[in-house]
This record gives sequence, structure tokens and C-alpha cells, in this order.
Amino acid sequence: MTAMVNTLGLMGRNFLLMLQRLGDIATLSASSLRLLVASPWQGRHIVMQIYALGVGSLVIIAITGAFTGMVLSLQGYYTLAKFGSESLLGSAVALSIIRELGPVLGALMITGRAGSSITAEIGIMRVTEQVDALEMMAINPRARIIMPRIIATTLSVPLLIAIFDVIGIGAGYVVGVDLLGVNPGSFVAEMQAKVTTEDINTGWIKAVSFGFLIGVICTYIGYRATPTTEGVGKATTQAVVITSVGILMLDYILTSFFL
Amino acid sequence: MIRCESILMQYGETPALDHVEVDVRDRATTVILGGSGSGKTTLLRIMAGLVQPTDGRVWFEGEDLAHIPRKRLYELRQYMGMVFQYSALLNSLNVYDNVAFALHEHSKLDESIIHTIVTMKLEQVGLRGLEHLMPSQLSGGMAKRVALARAIAIDPKVVFFDEPTSGLDPISAAVIISLIRDMTNKMRMTSVVVTHDVEAGLSIADHVVLLWQGRVIAKGAPENIRNSTDERVCQFVEGRPDGPIPFSRSTTSYIDDLMHKPGTVRLET
Ligand SMILES: Nc1ncnc2c1ncn2[C@@H]1O[C@H](COP(=O)(O)OP(=O)(O)OP(=O)(O)O)[C@@H](O)[C@H]1O
Ligand SMILES: [Mg+2]
Repeated sequence: MTAMVNTLGLMGRNFLLMLQRLGDIATLSASSLRLLVASPWQGRHIVMQIYALGVGSLVIIAITGAFTGMVLSLQGYYTLAKFGSESLLGSAVALSIIRELGPVLGALMITGRAGSSITAEIGIMRVTEQVDALEMMAINPRARIIMPRIIATTLSVPLLIAIFDVIGIGAGYVVGVDLLGVNPGSFVAEMQAKVTTEDINTGWIKAVSFGFLIGVICTYIGYRATPTTEGVGKATTQAVVITSVGILMLDYILTSFFL
Repeated sequence: MIRCESILMQYGETPALDHVEVDVRDRATTVILGGSGSGKTTLLRIMAGLVQPTDGRVWFEGEDLAHIPRKRLYELRQYMGMVFQYSALLNSLNVYDNVAFALHEHSKLDESIIHTIVTMKLEQVGLRGLEHLMPSQLSGGMAKRVALARAIAIDPKVVFFDEPTSGLDPISAAVIISLIRDMTNKMRMTSVVVTHDVEAGLSIADHVVLLWQGRVIAKGAPENIRNSTDERVCQFVEGRPDGPIPFSRSTTSYIDDLMHKPGTVRLET
């Protein structure tokens, strides 16, 4: 009996905690939008962050993109062949990548690669009092630390995902045409016929939203981390988990919106 | 210059600072002495406006730090420098850029002038020639000296020092101490020095504040502190292990704890 009550209590507490987190993230988005408008322009720092986060994630994005395209092509061929419509492979691969897998997988990989490092870096800046040092030198640390990173992820995630898409479709082509023997003409023609501007816009909108989400959650969790070494470790894990779940939830919402 | 009025700082149930009153006089060195955990760093951060006290006021040249807009606080910060307990150098910048940081951010000075200033400040702390090193390549003591150079780069009116000599070898410590003394005597700056090094602290102080468990237990000129008859002050100044200030922070009986009596750690049976 007590065990059951305890379990229920624990579940309730976790549920409340999750609600509180979600509310937190909503207020965070609002306050960071305000920060973006109110802070002085930090061009140089934004470029530096785009370099650190964007260029640093290129390799992992290229590899994930290639393998996603390859497995999609393989899997899609297997299914389509059952209906004798292998010629549709090009559009199947392109649509899944552009609308869904590119943005989601790309964003998840970037969360693991760049999001975690954002949280850890900011957390360490707090532990070592660098945030206070900035404050003492009359630099608003939130404007200097958080703002450039949010802008950098919002700008570089869509670009990285575009690269993911291109490499993914290319790898899908190689597997489909060169390995499985699909007609190259029909692969490309089908793709051109079925992929519309709307599909591409859906991909863009998702990518920009995920980039913003990664920036907001990872910077704020780092900034609010308990300023101890354990605190930073915990915050980093938390940032990756919350951002990943957030990406999947937001993806569902956006997809249902655009279908 | 800075006046703290009945500062209360509450982190948990026991206050880290309890009705602390401190006056930092212009162009003088105020030394805040106290044991580990007595609230020195907390008090310093409150004076600089880095944290808000739970209650009480901090006046910086007649302005209430808790009730001025951020913009004004940042203007006042151009008159303040701080040397943090663990240096707090920006680890993405090298020594030169760390020292030049505030000048780059807030002044329109020509780079050649900034270079001259940085070179002079690094010479003062004995680190000229190491401009290109990154903070991760410095020892703790060197980092602290860079932090000092950075704090005085903008020629502030008041410099806050959190444990300026801890982690330094005796020679570097002596250099830093004489540097602080010169800053007050020759450059007419105001210094607030937090330390648990009694001898160094008393030797540079014009005014001493002794903190114990978040309360001010003595203040005055260094001679007054040395000649104090208060048992707690004597014990701290002479560094005696036993006296009214207990070394142990425990409040429960040692014997009981060892025997696992109720109210302490209980063994599973
Ligand atoms: N951010 C914080 N959250 C909770 N408690 C804190 C915080 N900062 C300080 N304290 C508590 O306040 C008390 C005073 O801390 P403070 O850092 O001011 O001591 P200190 O005199 O500087 O000690 P030390 O000489 O070891 O640096 C300590 O008991 C500490 O546990
Ligand atoms: Mg301290």
C-alpha cells in the first residue's frame, strides 16, 4: 500500500516537474526573443559561434546524412519492389529526408554535438566566475553569452540540415541507382516531379525552429546550472535530454500543422 | 565611498551575513578578515553589486546599488575592478586580451595606446612578455597576477581583492601586497581586501573588519585589532587552535555520533 502511494507520489512529482520545465521553456523563449531585440548587435561574436558550432558539426552531419540516405534507399527499395514501383524510389527518399528525417535527425545530432558543448561551456563559465567577471567589466553576460549562441544555432542549424539533405539524397541515389539498379532517369525525374516548394519550406521551417530551440534550451540550462562541477555535468545531460524530447514534440506539432 | 547598512544575506536557515555594517573610506585600504566560510566573499560580492542582499542597503558614492537601473550600475562598474578568488580569466582569450578586455569594450583608445597600457600593467605584476599565453597555460599564481593586471587596467577608483595572496609563493605574495599598498598610497585608489592572512592583512590595512560566522566581531585601525582584549579577536589574530572560536562546526556530541545514538546516523538493523 505504502509502496503504491509512494510510486504514485513520485509519478505525480515528476509530472509536475515536467510541467514546470515546459513552462520554463516557454518563458525562456519569450525572454530570449526580448533579449535578441534589446541587446546591442554582437556581429563578431555571432560569427565566432557560427564557426564553433556550425563548422564543428559538419563532419558528423555529413556522416549521418550519408547513412540515413543509404538506409532509406535500401529500405524503400525493398518495400517499393513489392508493388513493382521501384521507379518511385527517388521521390520517396527525397521527401522523407527533406520533410522529416533531415531536420529531425540533423537537429538531434547537432544537439548531441553542439548543444551539449554550449551547456557545458556556459556552465563552466559560471563555475569559474567568468560570468561575474564579465558583469564586473560592465558587459551584460546574458547579452554577450546567450544571445550570440541562440542566433548562431538558429542560423547554422538550417544550413547544416540543408547539407544533410543534399548528402542524404546523394547517398540514396548512389545506393538506389548504382547498387540496386534503379533507372537513374526515373530516380531524378520522380524526385523533381514530387518534391514541391511547400515540402522544402516545411523542411526549412522545421530546421529554423529546431535551431532556435537548441539555442534557447542549451544556453539557459547552462546559465542556470548549479555552479559546481556536478551541477555542470547534470545540466549537460539534462540539456541534451530536454532538447531532444523538445525537438521530437515540436516536430509532431509542426508536421500536423503543415500536412 | 561604499557603505553597507545592516546587510542580511540568507542562503539557507543560518544567515551567511547578519546585520553587517561596513564603511569603506575613500583612498584607504579596508581589510576584511575572517575564517573560512565567515562570509567574506559574499560581502565583497554584495559591495560590488554582483548579488543582492536579502535585506539592507549598499551605498556606492551615495547611490543605492540595489535600486539603480542596470545601465547606471554598469557606468559605476567603470570605477570598480575586482580580483576574484580563483582569478576568473576569460579562458577563450589570451593574457593580453584578458587585460585589454575592458579597454577594448568600453574605450575608443587606439590599439597602440592600449598596448602601452597593457604592457605597463603586466610589468607591474611581473608578467610582461607572457601576453600570448592562454589562461590554461598559467599556474594559479600567475593567473591571479593577470587578474590583478586586468582589474587595474581601467584605473578604477576602487579595487576589490578576494584572497589576493592565496596560492602565491611568498615572493609573489609580497609583491602583490606592496602593489596594493602603492595603489592606495601613491595612486590614491581605494582598496577592499578580503583575506584570512592576518599578518599581510594587518600590514596593509587602514581599517580592519573582522568577520566571524557572518557577524562583524571587531572593526577599527589595525593597532586596535592587535591590542584587542576580545577573546575571539585575540584567538584569530594569534592563530590559536583553541579558544572561543571552535574549530569544529559540529553541534552534536562526538561520542553520540560514534555510538550511532538516535538523532544521528542510524544503522540498519
Ligand atoms: N551561492 C551560495 N549558495 C548557498 N550558500 C552559499 C553561497 N555562497 C556562499 N554560501 C554560504 O555562505 C557562507 C559564506 O560563504 P563565503 O564564500 O562568503 O565565505 P568566505 O568567507 O569567502 O570563505 P573562504 O575563505 O573559504 O573563501 C558559507 O557558509 C557558504 O556555504
Ligand atoms: Mg571566499
